[in-house]
Amino acid sequence: MNGRKWSRFNIVSVTLGFAFLYLPIVLLVIYSFNASRLVTVWAGFSTKWYVALLTDTAMQNAAWVTLRVALISASVATVLGTMAAIALVRYTRFRGRLLFSAMIYAPLVMPDVIIGLSLLLLFVAVGLDRGFFTIVLAHITFSMCFVAVVVQSRLLTFDRSLEEAAMDLGAPPVKTFFLITLPIIMPAVVSGWMLAFTLSLDDLVVASFASGPGATTLPMKIYSQVRLGVTPEINAVCTILIAIVTTGVVIASIVNKRREVRRLRDEQAARRG
Amino acid sequence: MPSLGSIRRSFAPWNDAAAKPYIAFENVTKKFGDFTAVDKLSLAIYEREFFALLGASGCGKSTLLRMLAGFEEPSAGRILLDGQDLAGIPPYRRPVNMMFQSYALFPHMTVEQNIAFGLKQDRMPKAEIAERVASMLKLVRLGEFARRKPHQLSGGQRQRVALARSLAKRPKVLLLDEPLGALDKKLREETQFELMDLQHELGLTFIVVTHDQEEAMTMADRIAIMDKGEVMQVATPADIYEAPATRFVADFVGTVNLFEGKVADMSGDAGRILGADGFGLRVDNLAGAKNGARAWFAVRPEKIAISAVKPADEGLNAIEGEVWDIAYLGDMTIYHVRLEDGRIVRTSSVNSRRASDEQLTWHDRAWISFRPDAGIVLTR
Repeated sequence: MNGRKWSRFNIVSVTLGFAFLYLPIVLLVIYSFNASRLVTVWAGFSTKWYVALLTDTAMQNAAWVTLRVALISASVATVLGTMAAIALVRYTRFRGRLLFSAMIYAPLVMPDVIIGLSLLLLFVAVGLDRGFFTIVLAHITFSMCFVAVVVQSRLLTFDRSLEEAAMDLGAPPVKTFFLITLPIIMPAVVSGWMLAFTLSLDDLVVASFASGPGATTLPMKIYSQVRLGVTPEINAVCTILIAIVTTGVVIASIVNKRREVRRLRDEQAARRG
Repeated sequence: MPSLGSIRRSFAPWNDAAAKPYIAFENVTKKFGDFTAVDKLSLAIYEREFFALLGASGCGKSTLLRMLAGFEEPSAGRILLDGQDLAGIPPYRRPVNMMFQSYALFPHMTVEQNIAFGLKQDRMPKAEIAERVASMLKLVRLGEFARRKPHQLSGGQRQRVALARSLAKRPKVLLLDEPLGALDKKLREETQFELMDLQHELGLTFIVVTHDQEEAMTMADRIAIMDKGEVMQVATPADIYEAPATRFVADFVGTVNLFEGKVADMSGDAGRILGADGFGLRVDNLAGAKNGARAWFAVRPEKIAISAVKPADEGLNAIEGEVWDIAYLGDMTIYHVRLEDGRIVRTSSVNSRRASDEQLTWHDRAWISFRPDAGIVLTR
């Protein structure tokens, strides 16, 4: 870090890059504290839009729906995605494995509109009433692939002899999975869950297709309100969302960093004797 | 330990016709697709034996071990342990334990928890587990490291944890897959003797897989030399070295000079092996060979003497050549002598005196000589 002087080019490119990324967000946060009803005119500092949120039950309901959808779909997707990853990595000799593993990646690159539309057609075809349940189903469908990909990459470097050692010492396969495999791949499973959770939180397109009357997620609510004009209240909701996400990311990276540092220190100590 | 030596010497159940093998491989074949890893192999291993499977990588020795542990099922043939057929018994119900090459220590558990893992699977009472773990830790001298995780240990310590964990359940047979492969040379040599003492103390049957012949020679009661899924020879280390059955075994273990020729002038067990150049080696252990048959006389480098002048003894085989290469190793010196026909003969002589007055150097004329019984006649 020290020593090398910052060249003018570096300073400019860093400034531009960060400005590009964060200027819109900063503006949004600032205007959430705007006293004026007009979004683009600054009329002094106020927290009244946050207060207004407290009484806006429609917005609160939407937030509550989003949270429940995200929690349920992320958890189910994590279980299914982990199982799929294990099948793909472990059972290398079943028929159609290549097709199956390619198909796991498809929803990652498929446009949300297509996923949403095809799910809508399916729900209509089987006569499923659209609402909370169908949004959860839809979110499980696409986030499960992301979990599978994350867990799969961890499993590829997993030392199989650990499982063999556990079985050799008397643990049947299922017990081996829960005592050895799962604890070791847990960090990947947790990242998969977090990925699925955030994907579900900010999904608008698929949810719009899959939802019906009575079940509106926060992104859907925000989008429909913005069509009637951006209010500072929306800015306030978004600011709260940003705060939650930022806190989560910061905590996760601090925990990770600490673990890494401790591990390095231990390994150095072990090498010394 | 003089007593250990005498017990070792008298331990030879494989020579006792009444002794029953503890582990028996009967015509075992293992195929992976088109590849035959183990080919109609039969092998008998006795109780309390320290048995080594020695071979290059890919020779099937690890597959053999994995079949005994239950990770692979034989494609054909059967494996018996104490008279019981192991077919269909999963690894977690077999009375054998394995020490893995990578150690396979559970990274999320402490040393204690690693060692206790197998005991917990057996639902042993807590107090007993604690007691057993403590005694295992004492056995491998790791008491103070009980609460550490594997990544906080050095390579040698990890190896000892792996050993303690595989011994904790008091298995009837301990399988060791390249147990010392990851250790440096000095530590490896120390650990070899520790393993031998441990095996003797606990009275267990050890089967070790290794590609390191020195390791096998040091530790094992008997060695099976394997190649391409087949056992080439099973014998004690001394027999493997001094009486190899085939050229492959002779060449695989240690260094050997092979003199090829046809058997001639047989009278009793003595006779000659005539080389292509017409030179006849005098040999006196031709038992089993036939006049005119192709044979190889295999002589170890240390059984060949090297001198600047032709030895006076007419009974010796003496060949003249040129000193081609010299490797001074401190305790001994290795000479490569080039014969008239271009063949290189390797000799080694122990440097028992600090400085020899008779110094051979590069491109000197030299005589190599060996007794007619210095080698062994091989027909395969």
